[in-house]
Amino acid sequence: MRFVYDGGKWRPQPLWRGGESEAIPVSRVHELPIYDQDPHFPFSAELLAFLDGKQLLLDELPFPLEQIQAHYEHGYLSYQKGIVQTDQGYRCMRCGNDKPHLFAAFFCARCETVCTYCRKCITMGRVSECTLLVVCTVPSERSVYRQPLAWTGTLSPAQQQASEAVVRAIEHSTELLVWAVCGAGKTELLFPGINRALELGKRVCLATPRTDVVLELAPRLKRAFPSVPTIALYSGSEERNKQASLVIATTHQLLRFYRAFDVMIIDEVDAFPYSAEPMLAYAAEKARTETSTLLYLTATPSENWQREIKQNKRAAVTIPARYHGYPLPVPSFEWCGNWRKKVKRGTLPSNVLTWVERRLSEGKQAFLFVPHVELVERVAAMLQTLDGRIAGVHAEDKARKEKVQSFREGNIPLLVTTTILERGVTVPNIDVAVLGAEDDVFTEGALVQIAGRVGRSAQYPSGDVRFFHFGKTRAMVKAKRHIMRMNREAEERGLLRR
Amino acid sequence: MNVYCLLCQQRYVPKLGWSDFLTVKQADVLCDVCRRSFSLLDGERCCHCDRPFSLVADSYRHGELCTDCLRWQQADEWCDVLTKNRSVYVYDEWMKDVVTRWKFRGDYALVEAFRADFCREFFRHFSSDVVLVPIPLSRERLYERGFNQARALAELLSLPIADVLERIDSEKQSQKTRLERLRTVQFRLRTGEWRCDQCVLVDDLYTTGSTVYHAARLLKQAGMRDVSSFTLARA
Repeated sequence: MRFVYDGGKWRPQPLWRGGESEAIPVSRVHELPIYDQDPHFPFSAELLAFLDGKQLLLDELPFPLEQIQAHYEHGYLSYQKGIVQTDQGYRCMRCGNDKPHLFAAFFCARCETVCTYCRKCITMGRVSECTLLVVCTVPSERSVYRQPLAWTGTLSPAQQQASEAVVRAIEHSTELLVWAVCGAGKTELLFPGINRALELGKRVCLATPRTDVVLELAPRLKRAFPSVPTIALYSGSEERNKQASLVIATTHQLLRFYRAFDVMIIDEVDAFPYSAEPMLAYAAEKARTETSTLLYLTATPSENWQREIKQNKRAAVTIPARYHGYPLPVPSFEWCGNWRKKVKRGTLPSNVLTWVERRLSEGKQAFLFVPHVELVERVAAMLQTLDGRIAGVHAEDKARKEKVQSFREGNIPLLVTTTILERGVTVPNIDVAVLGAEDDVFTEGALVQIAGRVGRSAQYPSGDVRFFHFGKTRAMVKAKRHIMRMNREAEERGLLRR
Repeated sequence: MNVYCLLCQQRYVPKLGWSDFLTVKQADVLCDVCRRSFSLLDGERCCHCDRPFSLVADSYRHGELCTDCLRWQQADEWCDVLTKNRSVYVYDEWMKDVVTRWKFRGDYALVEAFRADFCREFFRHFSSDVVLVPIPLSRERLYERGFNQARALAELLSLPIADVLERIDSEKQSQKTRLERLRTVQFRLRTGEWRCDQCVLVDDLYTTGSTVYHAARLLKQAGMRDVSSFTLARA
């Protein structure tokens, strides 16, 4: 949009009542000053509540521009530029994107000049050079709760130790990594920490990269903290404009927040899209206050982090054992030759077929992971000759939810899939195999997560994990070592069932 | 050479042949998967509005015409208004998603993904001595979106563009019924003095045809001999 310099203040052109004006694109306005707060200004509590802890586009505010501008001029909110120029090019201040190929320019009808915009976060409304982000400059009030935790379960000794570390991190506003194996029961161990935070009047955000996880966690947290206003934010959520002391959000939704949370818990930090997306790290950083607690939860920290933990440069607690106390199933490797060539010819390596046939004859459900989306349908089609109920599912699949549900109900004996299902989906008593475990997509983390699908329930604590490969990779070896090391540590700390 | 697909933003290797080195042909801005997701209009179509007969019931077909066009032809005030409509893509789920992202989310750059098909199809049906008239947006809508998608399409063709229309009705067409669309006067002419023989209206979508029919009638009344329309997709 364009701004006019009027009476010593920059005002949006749509509010300009005079005749011909010297409006310029707001991108060319050198600085939009922050004004001192005027205590006598009759501010709108509704507007400030709406903007509390947020960073929103002008278009996202359901208030008249006149009113917004008045709050700006009296120091109740400030304008920030959506796109800034850097040495390399541009940076989007909402999502942190600075990759040149994710910017484009067009002749903008709002600022009447060529205007660069961010293509990265465009699904949340366009941020361009002439777009302003609005933030509230008045600190908000925090609610204090007395003993809000209604959960009465008990923690395993390993969970208990980690939980105490979490409480300490929250009390002292420090950073902590919780390294917990798949199936350790991460959510429960957070309860005492969240309880403490709410008692101290802190605002808590639990961020996770996936909508599925938000939908799964929200009801559990609502049950655990029945007296605390809790909201779940994901794309399409209806609770977007509500305020709450406890927020569960996808990392994308965090982009709308600004210095809002005193405790930021990031679940599955290593998980795609978090690990592959600098945007989400940027979002988490922007959404937390300067003196906040930062908690990372993961089953598979990056190599870098593992090294830092070893060198005591990063505060971390580990939970090497599952809540049920049985060791993690260790993967076995099996060479399967040039499987890609075979798939092209319409067949599968014989040992892979044997593995599948064995599961089918025993009636044990299984996942078969393949490296790429294109392979899902081809491999599924080939396996359907063995059993017509076998299906394939991938991230973009429209029937994804139905297929996963059908698998849970036992109607699909084997599901061919890509790494989307590597976490989150928990089905008791299954086996897993990876076809082409040597592919780059199967990092150490991904393979550990895949192996972590097996033996999750106490009734069926073991199962087969098989990596079919055409040449062992470092990632495969590391994944196996990782799992064995966790089992050894659990053994040494006496956390395994005797 | 690795580039990023304009739509899915994945890296891909564009297929290069000799023609890419020897001519000025541009490499595709989309990866193979995204490119194949677009469906060009194909097969038997209504000779007037380009609607594929394969997508409608047999009862909608009347010889060379579809029911809609027959209705337009039977109404005295509309029958000779529009010479023909031609479109590029089928307005399927994929196209709906792409158009939403381009027009409503405002990802202007996606217009490049349409360039090759849009230009090729245009010159298959029209000569280059026409004037393009993009369907305008209302002032409010233009401010909201930041750009006019019809104008962005017209600009792909490197032909003279005449912004002679002005929208006087700011409500969204997609929220009206056919009858409502027929009854509302949507446009007025911007300048009185303006002559040319043949013009082509450009828009993103042809749904019921009422937008282009209204625009075409106005141009006809202003003395235009021949008015056709060309749209990105045919719903």
